[in-house]
Amino acid sequence: MATFLLKRLAFGLLTLLLVSIVVFAATQALPGNAAIAILGRNATPARVAALTRQLHLNRPVVAQYTSWLGGVVTGNLGISAATQQPVTQYIGGRLANSGFLVLVSAAVAIPLSILLGVWMAVRRDRPADHTMSVLTLGLAALPEFVIGIALVLLLATNLSHVLPAVSLIPPGEHAWNVPREVILPAATLVLAVTPYISRIMRASMVEVLESDYVTMARLKGLSDRTVIWRHAVPNAIVPAIQVSALQLAYMAGGVVVVEYVFSYPGIGAALVDGVGNRDIPVVQALALIIAAVYVVVNLLADIVTILVTPRLRTAGR
Amino acid sequence: MSASAAAEALGAPAELRQRQWATLARATLRQWRARIGLAIFLLMVLIALVGPALAPHNPDAFVAAPNSPAGQHGLLFGSDYIGRDVWSRFLDGGRSILGMAVAATALGVGLGTLVGLTAAYLSGLIDEALMRVADVFMAFPQIVLALLVVTALGPKVWLIILVVGISHAPRTARVIRGAAQQIVERDFVKAAEAVGEPRRRIIFGELLPNVTSPLLVEFGLRLTYSIGLIAGLNFIGLGIQPPAADWGVMINENRLSVTVQPWGVLLPVLAIALLTIGTNLLTDGFARATIGIERGE
Repeated sequence: MATFLLKRLAFGLLTLLLVSIVVFAATQALPGNAAIAILGRNATPARVAALTRQLHLNRPVVAQYTSWLGGVVTGNLGISAATQQPVTQYIGGRLANSGFLVLVSAAVAIPLSILLGVWMAVRRDRPADHTMSVLTLGLAALPEFVIGIALVLLLATNLSHVLPAVSLIPPGEHAWNVPREVILPAATLVLAVTPYISRIMRASMVEVLESDYVTMARLKGLSDRTVIWRHAVPNAIVPAIQVSALQLAYMAGGVVVVEYVFSYPGIGAALVDGVGNRDIPVVQALALIIAAVYVVVNLLADIVTILVTPRLRTAGR
Repeated sequence: MSASAAAEALGAPAELRQRQWATLARATLRQWRARIGLAIFLLMVLIALVGPALAPHNPDAFVAAPNSPAGQHGLLFGSDYIGRDVWSRFLDGGRSILGMAVAATALGVGLGTLVGLTAAYLSGLIDEALMRVADVFMAFPQIVLALLVVTALGPKVWLIILVVGISHAPRTARVIRGAAQQIVERDFVKAAEAVGEPRRRIIFGELLPNVTSPLLVEFGLRLTYSIGLIAGLNFIGLGIQPPAADWGVMINENRLSVTVQPWGVLLPVLAIALLTIGTNLLTDGFARATIGIERGE
């Protein structure tokens, strides 16, 4: 198992390295002068030259990349072109806000989805199952911003004004100190990912409920509750863990649009601003962080899968 | 007997294939969800295509005071935040999203299929390399990949179609590779190899016709996501640019005045929701039909 983990870890690091090349290539090495892109076509040649020097664009691409990567590894993400603040300082608080949003959403969505999936599987092919199947299918199709806007229309405007339509979190304040402002963006993310996890859980659970050992447990006269929660769920949960990990990573991208809808001060809204301002250092840092979340979460999911699957846990012994 | 005829005798002949499609279409439309999905999808496509011709006003023209309520000045759904006709902009706003989404999906699924089939057929090192590249691209949520490129080159319609398409490709490639790997082992592929058919012919003539069902499911799924992604990019102001009448742009423009004039947000939100739900229901119905037929139900 240790060798497997080491291999997995090395592979994750390699992926991260390649990810950094993609981020750099897409933002800084594409044809077209980044300095002109930032300043606009009407910029004076002197200003373009000055910015070119400031961003080190006059050096060869490979040298630019290695010095950028060196900065990333040592925690120096450069200076934001739009705010003139160090990028780490600019995104630090926002990163915490987004992390809180994603964790809260996951903490609600994952148990909820698993319960829902089990419930659907137990009522397989009955009207409740069919209804939920179509409902989750419809919800899965909706773009996050449509869910977000729908929640605003229902809960934060004329219909019923119970929650704030915009997450007014003062600069410097942490999201966890103002939980009311987090409810709607979190609810949006929960509604966006729950259909996926619950559908997988249902499918996996249906399969397990048909297995011989579940029949055996039932024949032994165990109660429904014991059969479902002790015998079936632990065996059905692995695919749900994998999908939960994917959805958690997906949420790191989902925050981009959801934070924009609610003006939530996190990395998603910062990324949208950064792209609008062509603030290349900020965009590079955020894209790299979001991709890193994906790599790390997948790595963790693999480890958790090994830990909860007895067959795999003992394979290396 | 020619090489391709020999291979065809071992595979599925064209006539049989046609009959299979008819069976599949019937099995799909036997389900209520697929029927409803198809009806919604066709309705939204019709609005997107015919809508611009039916718009009573020029979608860019200022026709009334800003945020006039529905029914005033003869405007069915009132005017938007700067006084343009909401109904006309709604009718005009579906074409851009649908056109961009279909183009991006066709590009992404086409590219992904090409990569997936090649990886499955060649296997070994090339397969490994192609899948590693796919992994790297899959580490980026699709919208982040799109934003990276928009940062460098600006929000251009062709660029968004291209990058959304490319962001689909690795995901489709994985699915198609998985489906094709089972086909590669089959006798008719071996027969085609034995009679010396070129690789290109085997990939497109033998493998491709046998992965059409997963391919169509992929297309439907990717179309659903393309609509959401592109509408989202337009909504956050980094896709198609105002003053274009577009459902995503409309939602963003009118959401600050939603309490006085809800229609400017409500109509495009409903339209995008229906379009994605319709596509997804139809795709799910089709996927269920293929699984049902495979199981011999």
